[in-house]
Amino acid sequence: MNIQAMAQDIPVEGEHVIEGVDFITSGDQYLTFLLAQEQYAVDILCVEEIRSWEQPTKIPNAPAYIKGVINMRGIIVPIVDLRLKFSIGEASYLETTVVIVLTYQSEESSRTIGFVVDAVSDVLNVDSVDIKPAPAFGGCVGQQYIDGLINSENKVVTILNVAHLQEVEKHRLHS
Amino acid sequence: MSVDLSQFIPSFLEESFEGLELMETGLLDLQPGDNETIHSIFRAAHSIKGGAGTFGFDNVTEFTHLVETLLDEMRDGRREITNKDTEILLESVDCMRLLIESARDDSEYDHDKVAKTSIRLSETLGCEPATGSNSSSKNGAQSNEVNHTSGFSIKFIPEHSLAKTGNDPIFLFSALAELGELTICANTQDLPGLMDIDAQELYLNWQLTLYTKVAETEIKEVFEWVEDECLLELVPIKEAADINQALIQNNESVCKKEEPTTVNKVKNQPSIGTADAPNNLNDTNNEVDEDKSKTTKSKSKSKSDVGSIRVGVDKVDSLINLVGELVITQSMLSELGNDFEMDKVERLTSGLEQLLQNTKELQESVMRIRMLPISFAFNRFPRLVHDLAIKTGKEMELVIKGEQTELDKTVMEQIGDPLVHLVRNAADHGIEIGEVRIANGKPEKGTISLDAYHQGGNIVIEINDDGAGINRQTVLAKAVDKGLIDSNATLTDSQVYDLLFEPGFSTAAEVTDISGRGVGMDVVKRNIQALGGRIQVESTLGKGSSFKVNLPLTLAILDGQLVKVGTETYIIPLIAIVESLQIDNKLINRVSGDMVLYRLRDDNVPVLPIYQLFDLATQCTEIDNALLVVVEADGQKIGLMVDDLLAQQQVVIKSLKDNYQQVAGISGATILGDGSVAMILDIPGIIHMALEQAQRAQQVKNVGNINAATELCL
Repeated sequence: MNIQAMAQDIPVEGEHVIEGVDFITSGDQYLTFLLAQEQYAVDILCVEEIRSWEQPTKIPNAPAYIKGVINMRGIIVPIVDLRLKFSIGEASYLETTVVIVLTYQSEESSRTIGFVVDAVSDVLNVDSVDIKPAPAFGGCVGQQYIDGLINSENKVVTILNVAHLQEVEKHRLHS
Repeated sequence: MSVDLSQFIPSFLEESFEGLELMETGLLDLQPGDNETIHSIFRAAHSIKGGAGTFGFDNVTEFTHLVETLLDEMRDGRREITNKDTEILLESVDCMRLLIESARDDSEYDHDKVAKTSIRLSETLGCEPATGSNSSSKNGAQSNEVNHTSGFSIKFIPEHSLAKTGNDPIFLFSALAELGELTICANTQDLPGLMDIDAQELYLNWQLTLYTKVAETEIKEVFEWVEDECLLELVPIKEAADINQALIQNNESVCKKEEPTTVNKVKNQPSIGTADAPNNLNDTNNEVDEDKSKTTKSKSKSKSDVGSIRVGVDKVDSLINLVGELVITQSMLSELGNDFEMDKVERLTSGLEQLLQNTKELQESVMRIRMLPISFAFNRFPRLVHDLAIKTGKEMELVIKGEQTELDKTVMEQIGDPLVHLVRNAADHGIEIGEVRIANGKPEKGTISLDAYHQGGNIVIEINDDGAGINRQTVLAKAVDKGLIDSNATLTDSQVYDLLFEPGFSTAAEVTDISGRGVGMDVVKRNIQALGGRIQVESTLGKGSSFKVNLPLTLAILDGQLVKVGTETYIIPLIAIVESLQIDNKLINRVSGDMVLYRLRDDNVPVLPIYQLFDLATQCTEIDNALLVVVEADGQKIGLMVDDLLAQQQVVIKSLKDNYQQVAGISGATILGDGSVAMILDIPGIIHMALEQAQRAQQVKNVGNINAATELCL
């Protein structure tokens, strides 16, 4: 039918390009944050919200890096301290300490977990070609958590794999 | 244009199951001459058949057709309603359920059973030939005709106005052509002169020859829609000679084979308005059919596990009302907040109170949506008791009370099987045979009653029978026999009845196919406990037994006792708590090294400090005068030592598994009034944990002892 052809010609809201304003950026956007002095980044589409630190309810016999659970608008969200999990810096809870709540939607399920970081810094636009593989030279962040490295000015930002971050390691009682 | 029919399959299935239930209840109450009931049974069967036809569940349609025919005869009074027929119909309902279930799950069904029942149905229908079995016992008719006929000679003389009603002979012919080899011959004798032709009239008639193996009824079905508007003659062609003759006749007739098509075109063109419309319709139908067959398989499966609830309009209306009120309160509050001054505090407080009221009511209404009357679970019992009465040869009746009592859908689904078990037991073990009953001065007919009512925040389901009761001595003897108890043990009545729930325990003298294997009662108890409920037994020898099942109204909300340990708040399910007490120094006993026992009347309850179990920091480590919450699960009592007892309140259970994982000793979490999260303790889990911990500690000690021993030797 012609109507369909006509419908395609009708501009959709949000598709307009205004000159001088970069509406549709090239590449993906990443939220960068600090663990001690190091910069890390996660896919911004996974970020549910950024909250200030509050004392969570403890989960009995959980590993030290799992700080407990909080109530986020009626959802029970576990809180993982990334500094403890990756043993980077000190796990101190100051006014700038924030929790980045990430939701990862896999095919079967979706999971929402909050991660404690020292500070949120920036949003980066990155072309996928600019992401370089991370050299496997040890470090305290496991290789499976790292998607790659990007150069931002004169610093290096590590891109973390949200899917792997969300996987809670099965911990046994008294482990 | 095409409608995806598969989206309606779940509702069809749901309606069908409801229809089956209706049929079953109707059949059980069926009395001769009760036309209203037969009508309603017939209607249910008819809509199942119709629906199944639409969705292409042919086996359901075929089978239901037989049932419907039998019902039809009953409805018209052509057939007496006998017990035998009712039995067959009940069996058919089972088969229909099997068939529909198999259509739902896309799985295989018990072909034998369905075939047997359908043969029985056909036989029943066949034994009264006067009642026109030719259309109903299709199978029989078919096989007969297959042997003798190779085709039909059909004379089709439509009325002139046929085309006006939207029927087009071409469709009929193409439908016939699908059934076999078709020769069409049009008779143009009636065709008026060109000037006199009315473009909307149909002047032709046809002589058709169809070589086919299908039954006459199927051919008639093709003409179903035009039956009243034409003259139709079907003559079976029996022998080869006939066929030849027919062929010769055809050749001799006025027209040639090609002609009908051209004539049809002539007819078609002027009557575009009438002929094209059905054409389109037909196309869409075909499309829909194809679509459906493609999607049925994939969709019906994925949707079958997503349950749905039918909610009464009144419940939805009350929800809408409440939301309306909530909106009003909200706008009132936001207006108040716009320019707030201290002298408006009073209005603010009243506004907040109103908000609280609204939220509470809203919560209640939403919860009520999940509630269904327990009749959904009770509905199957009349049939069950009816069948059991026949199987056991005992006379009994079922009395159902309180079927309007509402219960959470999830609880309802899971309580069905345990209830079936209890009713079976009552029928098999409880009710005595007629002579014994009369000898004992009881009415010959036994009574089993099901009763449901609310009690506090719980629902109680009682299964009573006026049978023999539980013989304490038999149970005790059996238990001693099985080594469950010591022969000298003195047990209270309730302890004796508890033995019934031991795995493998049965007092039935012989195993029947109804019950007596001793599997089951333990499962019943476990299922009920899994729902957070409990079961009590009362019995008087010779008078009958009573099983009381106590269930929480809903699984989503739980009555809990809030306790404090260190800085954390935990919730202990109220149903698990035996009692809470302050520890009396004198009643503490330390046994086998470091195990702490607390003497609670006759029981010695092991004391388990929660701060140790969960590795928490607390100041209250002293056992003297500490608070002890005695809880019970799986028959094991345990004392949980806590810092403080807080309020009792209802909490909404939230899963930890969604975003985290199952945690040992914790059954879930909830959100308290201040927005913080509190963990709900899993009592059976905690007992299990404590046992494991104790075992580990013992192992460590043993290893230590061995080490010490070896050192000594050295």
